[in-house]
Amino acid sequence: MNPARKQRLILILLAVGLFTVSVILLLIANRNQVNLFYSPTDIVEGEAPLDRSFRAGGVVVHDSVWRDTDTLAVTFTVSDNLSEVTMTYTGILPDLFKEGQGVVATGTLNENGIFQASEVLARHDENYMPPEVARALEEARRRGQTPDYNNAGGY
Amino acid sequence: MLPEFGFLALIFAFLFSLALGVLPLLGYYRQHAGLMRLARPLGLGAMAFLILSFGVLTWNFLNDDFTVRYVVNHSNSMLPWYYKVSAVWGGHEGSMLLWVMILSFWIVAVAAFSKKLPLDMLAVVMSMMGLVLAAFNAFLIFTSNPFDRVLPFPPADGRDLNPLLQDPGLILHPPMLYMGYVGFSVAFAFAISALLIGRLDSAWARWSRPWTNVAWVFMTLGIALGSWWAYYELGWGGWWFWDPVENASLIPWLLGTALIHSLAATDKRGVYKGWTVLLAISTFSMTLLGTFLVRSGVLNSVHAFANDPSRGFFILLIFAVFTGGSLLLYALRLPALQAGARFQWVSREMFLLGNNLMLTLYTVIIILLTFAPVVNDLLGLRTISIGPPWFNDITTVLAPLLVLLLGVGQWVRWKKHDLKPVMRWSAWALIASVALAVLCNWLYAQHINWRVVLGLSLAWWLALSTLKTLYDSTHKAANPLLGLRKLSRSYYGMILGHVGLLVMIVGVTMATQYEAHQDVRMAPGDRYALGNWTFEFREYDERAVANYETQMAFFNLYRNGRPAGELLAEKRFYPVAGQLMTQAGILGQLNRDLYVSMGEPLTADRETWSVRLHVKPFVRWIWLGSIIMALGAGLAILDKRYRRIKLGET
Repeated sequence: MNPARKQRLILILLAVGLFTVSVILLLIANRNQVNLFYSPTDIVEGEAPLDRSFRAGGVVVHDSVWRDTDTLAVTFTVSDNLSEVTMTYTGILPDLFKEGQGVVATGTLNENGIFQASEVLARHDENYMPPEVARALEEARRRGQTPDYNNAGGY
Repeated sequence: MLPEFGFLALIFAFLFSLALGVLPLLGYYRQHAGLMRLARPLGLGAMAFLILSFGVLTWNFLNDDFTVRYVVNHSNSMLPWYYKVSAVWGGHEGSMLLWVMILSFWIVAVAAFSKKLPLDMLAVVMSMMGLVLAAFNAFLIFTSNPFDRVLPFPPADGRDLNPLLQDPGLILHPPMLYMGYVGFSVAFAFAISALLIGRLDSAWARWSRPWTNVAWVFMTLGIALGSWWAYYELGWGGWWFWDPVENASLIPWLLGTALIHSLAATDKRGVYKGWTVLLAISTFSMTLLGTFLVRSGVLNSVHAFANDPSRGFFILLIFAVFTGGSLLLYALRLPALQAGARFQWVSREMFLLGNNLMLTLYTVIIILLTFAPVVNDLLGLRTISIGPPWFNDITTVLAPLLVLLLGVGQWVRWKKHDLKPVMRWSAWALIASVALAVLCNWLYAQHINWRVVLGLSLAWWLALSTLKTLYDSTHKAANPLLGLRKLSRSYYGMILGHVGLLVMIVGVTMATQYEAHQDVRMAPGDRYALGNWTFEFREYDERAVANYETQMAFFNLYRNGRPAGELLAEKRFYPVAGQLMTQAGILGQLNRDLYVSMGEPLTADRETWSVRLHVKPFVRWIWLGSIIMALGAGLAILDKRYRRIKLGET
């Protein structure tokens, strides 16, 4: 093999090796950092994990936002029109957090079925519905029309 | 009638750009000088009609023509005139029109500044850009007509510009970023033309370099502006969120950075021609992909435009045609390329290759992480989100490697450098950098944080390397000052670019590691201490301004009990859009920002608020570093050598 080719081969092997190593390290370091999305119906049906963080979202139910009088704790309920989940959060909510608005939160579920959010996201455009929430609503609507779930929705 | 004229102008612009894409290219194949000479007038014609079209849309905004749907959705009669102008690019259709108009500016700029370029090369370059222009023009006409009417019952008033966009930073951010995005089409067109004509020589690289630099300058400033805007306007105090759309701009920026460096090697030493061409193609492809990401709404992003999937499909089609076509051409023509000059393992060429390897690797991983959720969705799996830790980790690993290479690469000689002096300098400089970093960390915080030491070591390493670079290139001169004056502008451009990176590293390290923040409940008269700093909520007030109502919180700041300034944080309510917006109060100093954003009123009398307090050391250095980098790249453009390019020079 001529020296120029050999040099190129070594470099390519080096690049591929470096790439593989960094991807593997990244996967190992962050294996718990992929947040899956669960809709309120998923959570009510017990599909969501209890031991790790995930994302959940839905539309904030009217008159469900309740603020603590002394701290920055907030409690609210999100719904996909089929099921509801209560969320708690301590801190400042985004400007676009409103009743009737779609939100997505990251956090963990406790044994009482309450979602403790560490981060709440609402989007910049008020006409915009987060895609996960839109899909969850669609899914719930579809299931709401099948006979099995006609009475399970609670409305 | 006026909006219809705007649309008509758009159609004429499309016809001109289509002609520009076809006729000069045909002229090249027929070797017909007359057809090739058509490139300039056709480019000018396309630009003239696009300016006309853009002018009409702007006029509609300024005159509150609410028969135009786009104006209704993005403006309001109460909006101040300058925001009416910036509202032109406040939504999808208008910002695409701006995109296309800027592309036509670039085309005309190429025609104007390339008088010495051979006619056939100029014709093919302009044709390629004409094809891109035609594709996006068609996209506007068929899927995103900004002149759509709401007839016969136009609303009395518009729905107002998204309040988040009513900000001076946002007037400039999109045009800057688009100048960058679109500017990379010049390097792309040069690369494709060189492939087509078979003239991949050093002259080609030298032609491409200033254009690539200009695009890179705009892109750098555009991204920095976006980051700065997010910092003070979103109220979270963050400066980078790893949001898909941010990544969509970072990806071409990183590849563009790699391109600038590989172009240097191709220009100076005639090496890496194939790789440089591939980078030019990829950089432009990634700007197309970025456009697709923002417009299609496939990714969950803060920037998402709510719109229909046909637009995404159209852009994906444009992306596929241009990327696929150029890669095919690349594969067909590559074997004809001659291998460049030889060089040793320890040489500038090799370090530049290392730079490219790191930047490309980093880019590929960011692409994978950004698109993983989309692929996941396509597979019908449960929606996932990939959080910032992924991106931060890979940056913490790859950035130091890149900077280590840079510290040697900027002074090592072309072709061959002895290994021994390189090793000796590296060893000493490494020890000195770490020692200085530990010292700085201790002096600043009286404790040692290994992440801070890592960041500051890299900064010192770059600083020592820069001094060494300057010393090496001047110590032979009789008078060092004279030696400094003799160095070229592009040389100083390189030094400045790397100093900018140094400043940015300090900013990122300190702002990430020593940032302190707290969400608190405060009423006027309350004080809260964060480290040495005390925030005092002095006074609360409300006022109606132009098109919004503002709720203002005045703060006094104290450092170790002594007054240190004041700031005003605002919560604005925009009644037309029914939207609240946070305007952070910032007391900016070179070495730290004190930052207050208002949450929400907690009592009925609106006197008690939830408030977020931040102390952010050195955060300004992040943007300062970006500006220095951009200045460096700008300075390099002014180098005399780009004005003396002869034909066929290798």
